[in-house]
Amino acid sequence: MCVAAPMKVIEIEGDTIRAELGGTTKEANLSIVDERPEVGDYVIIHAGFALHRIDPEDAKITLALWKEMGVIDEIPD
Amino acid sequence: MMKYLTEYRDGLLASRMADCIKNTSTRPGRFMEICGTHTVAIFKHGIRDVLPKDVDLVSGPGCPVCVTATRDIDKAIKLARIPDVTVTTFGDMLRVPGSESSLQREKGHGADVRMVYSTMDAVEIARRNREKKVVFLGVGFETTAPTVAAAVIAAEAKGLSNFSVLSSHKLLPPAMDALLSGGELDVTGFMCPGHVSTIIGTAAYEAVAAQYHTPCVVMGFEPLDILQGIYMLVSQVEAGEARVEIQYRRAVAPEGNRNALETMDRVFEPCDAPWRGLGVIPKSGLAFRKAYRALDAEALFDLEVPDSPEPPGCKCGDILRGVKKPVECKLFRHVCTPENPVGPCMVSSEGTCAAYYKYSRL
Repeated sequence: MCVAAPMKVIEIEGDTIRAELGGTTKEANLSIVDERPEVGDYVIIHAGFALHRIDPEDAKITLALWKEMGVIDEIPD
Repeated sequence: MMKYLTEYRDGLLASRMADCIKNTSTRPGRFMEICGTHTVAIFKHGIRDVLPKDVDLVSGPGCPVCVTATRDIDKAIKLARIPDVTVTTFGDMLRVPGSESSLQREKGHGADVRMVYSTMDAVEIARRNREKKVVFLGVGFETTAPTVAAAVIAAEAKGLSNFSVLSSHKLLPPAMDALLSGGELDVTGFMCPGHVSTIIGTAAYEAVAAQYHTPCVVMGFEPLDILQGIYMLVSQVEAGEARVEIQYRRAVAPEGNRNALETMDRVFEPCDAPWRGLGVIPKSGLAFRKAYRALDAEALFDLEVPDSPEPPGCKCGDILRGVKKPVECKLFRHVCTPENPVGPCMVSSEGTCAAYYKYSRL
């Protein structure tokens, strides 16, 4: 039930965003998001609500660990 | 390319990650996930197949539909039978059997039961149907509860006196504590739920890790997420450590989502709540605060229902506590199937029994 997915914000209107993932778009409400996103940002969306704005630097922390483990050679952008 | 997804599904990287686990693991590990989405992802991606033999994964009470007590389902059914009531709910709840019916069966008998994707859809139904009393069934953990609180606040702001919520929400950390303090649980680490933690952060797990010396790793749901999370747990077990770590950094900050927590806290307060299989756990549910009681279905309708026993032979309770696997239930596959489910763990697509039925040859 706690399914959620990262989607790219393509439009913001008031407290509602339109976001895209692999060609499908969805609307989501911004009233409980942790940090207001801008167009082009990625957000985690659950049941019609954006929960979290993804900070690319946070995502890189995970990839840095992969590099440390020898799983990847370089951290992708 | 789907950013933040594709790289976490790469087969070659996954096999390298699995090698890291194999090269690190020398001791047995028994790790429990407490999230239905993890239950399904672990099967779907064949995670167990690439783990060392003595690393075992077990499911805990991570499916909100499954842990909802029969009594709470009976209350929803009682609501659906009131003539001017429209029951709105996420799809998973429709087929869950109460003691003598289900919402789906009531719908077949003419009850107005509607599936929604978002709590805001339920508010919209209330706005368009002012002559109906629209009740949303609030089922879910900390990921979902703030979306329900936001809907309550929105409905109040719009003056929708015909909207209310039956709150059967559950909070996960008290359940982890109940499992561990019960003493029957034998796990060496927790695979903590990704999106619950997006909301609550990691503070609650610190107490679990310290008090029970059990490592906790918050992990995501893609194959690489789960494998890396297991690697982190295995590494802690090898080092004799019990820390809280976040594998799922792109979605989880240690402090969680304060805005969502405040929204939830504005509408709800913790209350004792009944869990299927675990009994009543102190402060593990959410009740309406006084200020929003006008939207509390429990206060608006007579929802007294008799106590109801679990279906005979059903082992959902033991399975939810992680002390039995579905194959140890005599009803599994023979009597209890996704088409004719006896217990809730077979009904919900994220239930442990449904996942074993669909994906496991056992």
